[in-house]
Amino acid sequence: MKGVGTILVVAALLAAVPLFGVSNVTLNFLVTALIIALAGQGWNVLGGYGGQYSFGHAAFFGTGAYVSAILQLRYGVNAWIAFAAGIGAGALAGAIIGGLSFRSGLRGSYFALVTLAFAEVLRILASVTPITGAGVGLLVKLDLRPEAFQFQSRVPFYWIILALVTVSLLIVRAIENSRFGAYLVAVRENEEAAKALGVNVIAVKLGAMVISAAIVAAAGGFYVQYFLFIDAGIAYGPWISIEALLAPIIGGVGTVFGPLLGALVVKVLGEAAKLVTGDAPGLDLMIYGGVLVLVIALAPRGIAGVVADLRARIVRRKPEAKPEQPTAGHHV
Amino acid sequence: MSDPVMLRVETISKRFGGLLAVDGASFDAQAGRITALIGPNGAGKTTLFSIISGFQPPTSGRVLFEGENIVGVPPHRLAQRGIARTFQIVQPFAGLTVRENIAVGAHLSQPRRADALAAADEIAARVGLADQLDKPAAGLTVAGRKRLELARALALKPRLLLLDEVLAGLNPSEVRDMVPVIRGLVDQGITVIMIEHIMHAVMNLAQHVLVLSEGRIIAGGTPSEIAGNPHVVEAYLGRGAAQRMLQAGAAYG
Repeated sequence: MKGVGTILVVAALLAAVPLFGVSNVTLNFLVTALIIALAGQGWNVLGGYGGQYSFGHAAFFGTGAYVSAILQLRYGVNAWIAFAAGIGAGALAGAIIGGLSFRSGLRGSYFALVTLAFAEVLRILASVTPITGAGVGLLVKLDLRPEAFQFQSRVPFYWIILALVTVSLLIVRAIENSRFGAYLVAVRENEEAAKALGVNVIAVKLGAMVISAAIVAAAGGFYVQYFLFIDAGIAYGPWISIEALLAPIIGGVGTVFGPLLGALVVKVLGEAAKLVTGDAPGLDLMIYGGVLVLVIALAPRGIAGVVADLRARIVRRKPEAKPEQPTAGHHV
Repeated sequence: MSDPVMLRVETISKRFGGLLAVDGASFDAQAGRITALIGPNGAGKTTLFSIISGFQPPTSGRVLFEGENIVGVPPHRLAQRGIARTFQIVQPFAGLTVRENIAVGAHLSQPRRADALAAADEIAARVGLADQLDKPAAGLTVAGRKRLELARALALKPRLLLLDEVLAGLNPSEVRDMVPVIRGLVDQGITVIMIEHIMHAVMNLAQHVLVLSEGRIIAGGTPSEIAGNPHVVEAYLGRGAAQRMLQAGAAYG
């Protein structure tokens, strides 16, 4: 299948990185970037392909994280099973929030505001409810065994998040190449026309929301295993909603590799800002804001769009470059 | 009138606040024919199409498709049951190519992506878009967009096709190109109801013409009966229109 090969090659190259003895700092940087890439890919399914811009994907990140942590801490469930349950809970949250918003016919900025409101309500609830550790948060007990989804070294974590990102890339590629994907893009481009062509608009949006939420919940569940801590501000805070949409928008909305590219750029910028200014609080957000404005103004299709334009320009120029061999262009 | 009735519109009314856009309109559309719906601007033609295709509920009345009341059935279900429509104001998926646009319709009967894209190629050839398949829909001319509307609707393999002014905005030679395409639809077993202002095309294509004015059907009959009905012509198509239509019809026939 077209595109799958590229995904597997990229995954293999990234998987080889720890074999070159990179430092823990670099590995930590890559793991956090891949968490954002995963969350961004989740957002991309609904926002990039379906055109439904959510400002509240923290609702799913947090649900995945909390359900996984609570099942482990309060009910003694195995961490891997808790992780899977967190993904399921995120999907369920997506079905509920999506069902309520799409059935009410909310679109555009109204949909964005409602998702933001859901995430904020969850954040406030989580910061006062005892089961989520209220204001203190939850600490997952240290248990450095692979069976407990905890590892001495960062390398296995890196490979696991890379595997999750790879699966998300394959899912999105499969969506692109399916009837569901064609319907989803049709809904993004023109809902009325889609209806006239037999597309059940609400069902398609809801399906995208559930897939999107499940992927973001996986990012949340992984976050808990990696940092062994979660609180309301991390789980349901605006930071993750913002980074989950920033990565695909900068990398290229509605493209397979956009979120991964964007996440790396976002994280590099964030680190660069810290180096330059020390650790001024909120500075990374200001930089993100500036980058977002620049991207939307200058390259609305993100890095992937710029690359595609450049490639098209090079292909067009090739035949002109060799006027003495007019047939050369046909073999490009 | 021996052909079976494919669509029966029964005393349909539609009220928008104080405006009665459709006022107890009733008509039958026979299977395997082209029925034209004509009338002045604001007569309620497009509203009637929106009601038949499920985009708007009527205030009262029934729409029977092959004998079954379809009022309240959502548009995507009607598309699945064989009713396709085009939009007067074209609604392309602007960011997609022509092929991808048509494939959305083809997916109704083709679950696999490759099959839907192949079906799109074949339909594009039927409406004269074969050389524009890789073009973004946003880059098409008006005539191209009208063809795309038609192609997407055809991709659904409909039994009833509602064409809302597919000839409007085309130049005379483009109209001449489109007329045989529309006539060909009937040969493929599609029943057509068309809203159209271009009278010589109506006179040429339609077996039955309905005149809608101020939300009411005020006349129905063969093109020559309508053209020869001085009351209809003078009241709704303007003084001297009857003469022009007969001439136009003769020139094309």
